[in-house]
Amino acid sequence: MTQAMEAAGATPDRRRLVTAIARFREAGILFVLLLLVVVTAVRSSSFLTSANLQGIALDITILTVVAIGETIVILSRNIDLSVGSIVGFTALFVGVVLKVHPGLPVIAALGLGAAVGLIFGVGNGLLITVGRVPAIIATLGTLSIYRGLVFVYSNGSGQPEVTAADLPNSFLNLATETVLGIRVFFLVPIVLLIAAAYWLQQTRSGREVYAVGGNPIAARLAGVNSGRIVLLAFALSGALAGLGGVLYTSRYAQVDTLAGTGLELNVIAAVVIGGTSTLGGTGGITGTLIGCILLGVINNSLILLSGPGEAQFWRGAVYGAIILGAVITDALISRRLQKALRRRHV
Amino acid sequence: MGAATSVPILELLHIRKAFGGLVALHNAQLQLSPGTVHALLGENGAGKSTLIKVLAGVYRPDDGQIILNGTQITFDSPADARDAGVAVIYQEPTLFPDLSVAENIYMGRHPIDARSRRIEWKTLHESVRELLKNVGLDLDPRERVRGLSVADQQLVEVAKALSLNAQVMVMDEPTSSLTPDEVERLFGIVRQLRENGVAIVFIGHRLEEVFAISDQITILRDGTYVGTFNTSDLTPDQAVAYMVGRQLETLYERQIGHIGEPLLRVENLRREGVFSKISFEVREGEIVGLAGLVGAGRTEVARAVFGIDHLDGGSIKLHGKVVHFNSPRAAVRAGLAYVPEDRQTQGLVLPLPISQNVTLPLLREMTRAGILQPARERALAEEYGNRLRLRARSVRQPARDLSGGNQQKVVLSKWLATRPHVLILDEPTRGIDVGAKAEVHRLMGELAASGLAILMISSELPEILAMSDRVLVMREGELVAEMARDEATQERIMAAASGLSTSFGVAS
Repeated sequence: MTQAMEAAGATPDRRRLVTAIARFREAGILFVLLLLVVVTAVRSSSFLTSANLQGIALDITILTVVAIGETIVILSRNIDLSVGSIVGFTALFVGVVLKVHPGLPVIAALGLGAAVGLIFGVGNGLLITVGRVPAIIATLGTLSIYRGLVFVYSNGSGQPEVTAADLPNSFLNLATETVLGIRVFFLVPIVLLIAAAYWLQQTRSGREVYAVGGNPIAARLAGVNSGRIVLLAFALSGALAGLGGVLYTSRYAQVDTLAGTGLELNVIAAVVIGGTSTLGGTGGITGTLIGCILLGVINNSLILLSGPGEAQFWRGAVYGAIILGAVITDALISRRLQKALRRRHV
Repeated sequence: MGAATSVPILELLHIRKAFGGLVALHNAQLQLSPGTVHALLGENGAGKSTLIKVLAGVYRPDDGQIILNGTQITFDSPADARDAGVAVIYQEPTLFPDLSVAENIYMGRHPIDARSRRIEWKTLHESVRELLKNVGLDLDPRERVRGLSVADQQLVEVAKALSLNAQVMVMDEPTSSLTPDEVERLFGIVRQLRENGVAIVFIGHRLEEVFAISDQITILRDGTYVGTFNTSDLTPDQAVAYMVGRQLETLYERQIGHIGEPLLRVENLRREGVFSKISFEVREGEIVGLAGLVGAGRTEVARAVFGIDHLDGGSIKLHGKVVHFNSPRAAVRAGLAYVPEDRQTQGLVLPLPISQNVTLPLLREMTRAGILQPARERALAEEYGNRLRLRARSVRQPARDLSGGNQQKVVLSKWLATRPHVLILDEPTRGIDVGAKAEVHRLMGELAASGLAILMISSELPEILAMSDRVLVMREGELVAEMARDEATQERIMAAASGLSTSFGVAS
């Protein structure tokens, strides 16, 4: 999966430098994750239990699915702020559809969510590629628009629009039912992680995402259709957020108009912590998975170590601190790197 | 004209291209034949790069024709030109730093398995290994580009162009960052391509290289076609004469005043990888012209003297005392002013009114009890506006609304208001119209007469000749010549800047 990073250069010194830089980001985050696991495990005996670890995995499933799409968008030197609203809309939409048609197969529900999300994602992509609106502004706008559609679609009573009683059991059991020994709920992100990593690493269009984000001018000169790639990135991000919405309905069995609010911030945090640069062109799915696990573990350890009530307040601060830490480390490395390169050029 | 016995494969005829009001190409042409190396010569700003970008499909010409194998075509994108068989090696490497060498070469064209659509890494790496061997690069195809030296990156670009099997290959200053050995290797590749029937366009500033490699030479001047010659029929001196060709404009008449003590003196300035061994002085009442080709390191020297970029060695003396500027702020306090080349991005805050632009370095003086006094700001701006004959409705007008020449006057006002002793001007009249140019020149003359020491970086030789008391020439990060006003000519400066002759040693 890391074909591009397997630097096996001619001169050992250069190779060591390049390899060290290429690998550092994920290694650093892994180290932080490990540290946190050790500290939590020492202080709380219930941390390293199968039940708790599965709980963490359940908690980060939706985050991970949505973060895969966000990774692709950020790799292309863009950002998608509307994913939380897309999750909210599809969660409600699919919930209502299931309420009316309880016989709908699970796979069709997932497909429906992905399709609705895809439409929203294409909307974002067109605003950015055809409308030439900067991604941060375009998706800030659609964040509000898509959330507004949730209110339009709901009856606006402020009560949960869909509750467990409205949903078929086959759908609610996604978290416990297994296929080939793996819970369906975990199967979705696992399949998507592998597919996304494969696409980004092994196909032409996947590699073009890196090209567009890494050096847009060079990409244009190389004949890459940047507009198509950016549109594709947003379409995928929308579809994955749509899937995330369906998982939301299944997991929480209760959907109101605020479902998924603020999720985009956690998603972006996970992607950036995982080493995908906000400047595009570098990073990937492996890092994002680590970023999601790290957020899940922080969340869990804060609950274990301080009790669920207080953890709410701390969590925001710790998320913020870690994002800043990751970005500062990133900046320090690239500054060092530039200096080293300038030296070598002489 | 004559060497083109074979039918041209690609012709550019009557090409015109303007950017905003600035006409980069009036009437350019270029005819390329298979199996020939065709050099494109011209001064900075003669339109070489613009013409190349038209050929590469980056720019669409406003007028003119592109004829490929006898049929007229248009290039809507670089991909169009590439598909038509045109490969371009740009002056600046256009690479993806975080991707592997192999991917840089085959981006957008990765070999893929027809059924699975999966990239065939093995085929890709084998093919790249072959290409790298051809350009003499001992690299693993999987290595990331970020760690490579500039020369290696340049050779990766060459390998990329080779991989296209192009009929036309354009090399825009491919040798500027290569050592003599690497240049020789590149020329070996060029000769091989010529034997294979490729039409090669070679742009280079080092005339001896141009004469060593090319079969034909087309010369451009001020965006206009001058002529095409067989290299064997032309001498380097004739080429230079065609390049500078124009008559000296008689616009500027500078009165030479009293020249006093050295105000700024730099010794052995060095910034690694950018410039080295830079020593010169600028005296009271003197204008020193700093000539050279784009990329020779002139702006970089100015930036380092002004404390923007860090110096790796050397000393700066102001009024005979050693100074260290670790920021532009310190330089301004010591009496230096630097008017950058790109006034829109580095010299002005475009949305702000003229008055606030002028007082930006002087905000402390514009306050009473810590509160800004807009009336005082406007008064100061008006004072300098009158002195510089600024044409604006009022000093409340945003800088954005002004013409290029008037914007430059605002930048000058700003720095003159700091009452500097030493003024560094980087391309002070680039992109401004003739009338405003004359006014800027008149002003420079007056400033020098009032005792300022002025260092003027300019790529326009007539400007250098008309304004300078002394001319310094830089090439590839070093000072290569120094000439007094009466010994400086366009030909001599061009020769020194392009490394044709070094008969004017640096007097140090």
